[in-house]
Amino acid sequence: MSMFALESSGLEVISNEESKIRKENDVKDTLLEIKNLKKFFPVKRSLLDFKKEKTFVQAVNDVSFKLYKGETYGLVGESGCGKSTTGRTLLKLTEHTNGQALYNGSDIFKSSGKELNKVRQDIQMVFQDPYSSLNPRKRIGKILEEPLVIHNIGHAKERIEMVMGILDKVGLQLEHYYRYPHEFSGGQRQRIGLARALILNPKILIMDEPVSALDVSIQSQVLNLLKKLQTELSLSYLFISHDMSVVRYISDRIGVMYLGNLVEEAPTETLFSNPLHPYTQALLSAVPEPKLGGNQERIILKGEMPSPLNPPSGCVFHTRCPLAEERCKSVIPEKKQMTSDHHVACHLYS
Amino acid sequence: MTDLLLEINDLKTSFYTETGLVTAVNGVSFNVKKGEIVGVVGESGCGKSVMSQTILRLFEEGTVEFEGEINFKGNNLLTLSNKQMNKVRGDQISMIFQDPLSTLNPVHSVGRQISESIVLHQKVSKKVAEQKAIELLQLVGIPSPEKRAKEYPHNLSGGMRQRAMIAVALACRPELLIADEPTTALDVTIQAQILDLMKNLNTELDMGIIFITHDLGVVAELCSRVIVMYLGEVVEEASLEELFSRPLHPYTQGLIKSIPQLDGDRTKPLHTIEGTVPPLTRVPIGCRFATRCQFADEQCRTSSPPVSEYSPTQKVKCWNFEQILAKQEVAADVHVCT
Amino acid sequence: MEVKESTLALSKARKKLKKEQQELLKKRFFSNYSLMIGLVILSILVLLSVVGPFLIGYSPYEMTVNNRLQAPGANHLLGTDNFGRDLLSRIIHGSRSSLGVGVSIALITSVVGLTIGLYSSYYKRLDNILMRICDGLMAIPGILLAIALMAALGPKVENVIIALSIVFTPSVARIVRSAAIVVREQTFIEAMKSQGASSSRIIWLHIAPNVLSPLIVQATFIFADSIIIEAALSFLGAGIPAPAPSWGNILYDGKLVIFNAWWMTVFPGVMIILAVIGLNSLGDGLRDIMDPHYKKIKRKRTRKSEKERAV
Repeated sequence: MSMFALESSGLEVISNEESKIRKENDVKDTLLEIKNLKKFFPVKRSLLDFKKEKTFVQAVNDVSFKLYKGETYGLVGESGCGKSTTGRTLLKLTEHTNGQALYNGSDIFKSSGKELNKVRQDIQMVFQDPYSSLNPRKRIGKILEEPLVIHNIGHAKERIEMVMGILDKVGLQLEHYYRYPHEFSGGQRQRIGLARALILNPKILIMDEPVSALDVSIQSQVLNLLKKLQTELSLSYLFISHDMSVVRYISDRIGVMYLGNLVEEAPTETLFSNPLHPYTQALLSAVPEPKLGGNQERIILKGEMPSPLNPPSGCVFHTRCPLAEERCKSVIPEKKQMTSDHHVACHLYS
Repeated sequence: MTDLLLEINDLKTSFYTETGLVTAVNGVSFNVKKGEIVGVVGESGCGKSVMSQTILRLFEEGTVEFEGEINFKGNNLLTLSNKQMNKVRGDQISMIFQDPLSTLNPVHSVGRQISESIVLHQKVSKKVAEQKAIELLQLVGIPSPEKRAKEYPHNLSGGMRQRAMIAVALACRPELLIADEPTTALDVTIQAQILDLMKNLNTELDMGIIFITHDLGVVAELCSRVIVMYLGEVVEEASLEELFSRPLHPYTQGLIKSIPQLDGDRTKPLHTIEGTVPPLTRVPIGCRFATRCQFADEQCRTSSPPVSEYSPTQKVKCWNFEQILAKQEVAADVHVCT
Repeated sequence: MEVKESTLALSKARKKLKKEQQELLKKRFFSNYSLMIGLVILSILVLLSVVGPFLIGYSPYEMTVNNRLQAPGANHLLGTDNFGRDLLSRIIHGSRSSLGVGVSIALITSVVGLTIGLYSSYYKRLDNILMRICDGLMAIPGILLAIALMAALGPKVENVIIALSIVFTPSVARIVRSAAIVVREQTFIEAMKSQGASSSRIIWLHIAPNVLSPLIVQATFIFADSIIIEAALSFLGAGIPAPAPSWGNILYDGKLVIFNAWWMTVFPGVMIILAVIGLNSLGDGLRDIMDPHYKKIKRKRTRKSEKERAV
């Protein structure tokens, strides 16, 4: 017996080293690749102007990015920039308009039936609102068992065991099994939401503002938990948030979205030390910092984000950009590769 | 005349509920001077909103019980009759809320909502009031105010609505403005605009502001004095400099440390305050923070700490703050040496 | 071993919790006056209709012409009707048919209304069709529709139930639908979808439990309503056919002699009023108790705060 144990631990060491080497060589496995994702919502026309062309809300417009194995990709932007829609489209909660999402070599958008079921097992979602994301009439145990029942995993006793295991993992107690959601605080509910997502042993978690409804002291607990679980369960996160400091803490790479477009993409350190897009710069400078004399040179943007129903021509940011030129109004900037993994879509760099 | 605008003494607000009397605000005392921005910070359920609603007595008769005093320019607001109170509300003290869409009346135009409160309190003609409304909209930075005054709240975007909300609150040039999480629902770039606006209004109109928020970043940006609340009590009161350079209460310290900062270390786990805020129906005996405090001892669990004055502007409600401070100084020294 | 321990801990926790919840429920139950009043009235009525017939010496059909229209007295506690039948016996037997009709209608409308409401909340196209039908039915005054249906179906107890179920189902479906639409927009439904749950699973296991409380409340009101309408139908001669007693029938008979024999209209009338009050207050009470976020704010003004205000 002991021999076996030794051997297996030896194996683990090797595989650990291997993974280290891999990281050093920067060869990353792509787990999920989103290519040219578009999502347009049709707008209802009134009966009177039936002659007019059909109009669309351009929620997500030509977004492409990759999610590597074991990393956290942060998607930041202000409300209405299309970051949540991107996440929801990936799980087919709304139908996409155009583009591809490659997972395991096949397109999620084209999958159905069993294939889709498998995707929905591997990719799970954690929602923002810890209050409405749990069924108020179900006990916690039942809520957590539900995914197992849907996917037909295990029998009753095994399920209870699995639920208890997952409760422990997210830092809840066994006696919470028979409680109702309304007996929990926001932070605990978010842990339950997390447990529900984790119980199917997913590969990817899509998290839509998972901590923005929580108090700071609770938020830090949940963020620590997320980091811990990521290494323990080798998960990949797509972390959607509007909070720059939270995204910075948890993400390895960050994509900045504005009005349905991905305007800049870079590894976290690079993005924060050397933001290139004027919007990213403004966004960073607008974050109020909890210390004395925090942000001194604040860029205050004029006006507000235009309606995605009628986005500006050319660069979508030109209406608020302090550095806008003539060509920004007419020519759409191309996505430019600045360094190996730093992309920006702005005329300043072309 | 002193420049003291509002003075709250040992305020206690309790609600009647199914489980009995629940005290949401317990013995809160602080004051606001003329032209000063005071930040009130705390997590949800700490009683900061209830406290602000108590100042304006925005509760249904008979559901709440008050104790203590709220002295506003020499009058105790808690003993005023409803009629007298109505004169104070909106005229001398006004309030802005987190969600402007549900606080603005959707069936009246923005201009009308502003002029209505002017007509109500200042006895001027409708025409004059409307002109004043347009001036106010201009003051809060709404472009083409004549046009906007005729529009309805749902036509405005989030930031514009919050500006309109502020214009309504400023209608009668109040001496005290209570802002209850006015920027929480807004995006950061819009939040920056609104904070900028509030700073300018404060210097321009010389009014006192009580700024209630859960976001210490916003406090650092805007306020000159800060009150930290936990579970219905003020645990620390300090000037902005003192609060961030030398927080005394373990709760304040934990709160500041647990926010991920833009230049913090990403590889280390974030500081956390363990556990959750206990419900108001099961408030701990002794220090209310004892259940989550890493420094708590027997004394903390059995008796409530007094308020100690550490400096003329810094007060703290903790038994052990001196020892904690000493320990941290030692730790900091060690850190510097190594 | 570990497994056993954890299961043990779980069952312990469960027991403790059940006790806690039972106590809370008990507390709520007994502090809820309208529920208590409703329950007391209803149980008296039910007891009367179940046990009553065995305690009464008279048959509701036995006619003694000599004893026509006797005032309440020692022989006939509530007097006799225009055929000399014992009124007490008729009212008690009538409560069986009135309550029975009410219960059946409440049950049928709940089941059918729940199904229609749930499905039309979930499928947009179906919604348009079903809700327009419901609108059509609701546009006709209930009693008129009931009379028309009774005329088509013929006077029989079963037909009363069918006709009134058709009259009441649209209102239940409407209420269920509007509650279900609110639930459908909640994030937990989206969460279930993202997990791959089927539509019928979402509808029946996740939406349905959340609309039960308005449904149950509505059912009690329909129970009350159908007693009234059944009485009205019988009063108009379009309800439960003649010799069989129902509260409405008795009223109908009493109408002819209302100036000579007050007891023939007062007593069945009182019964109807009692049943309706009982059911309505039961419904109100249930509504309060079924809300999981239920918290009762007592409006109590203490003397102290009053004094303060007076100063």
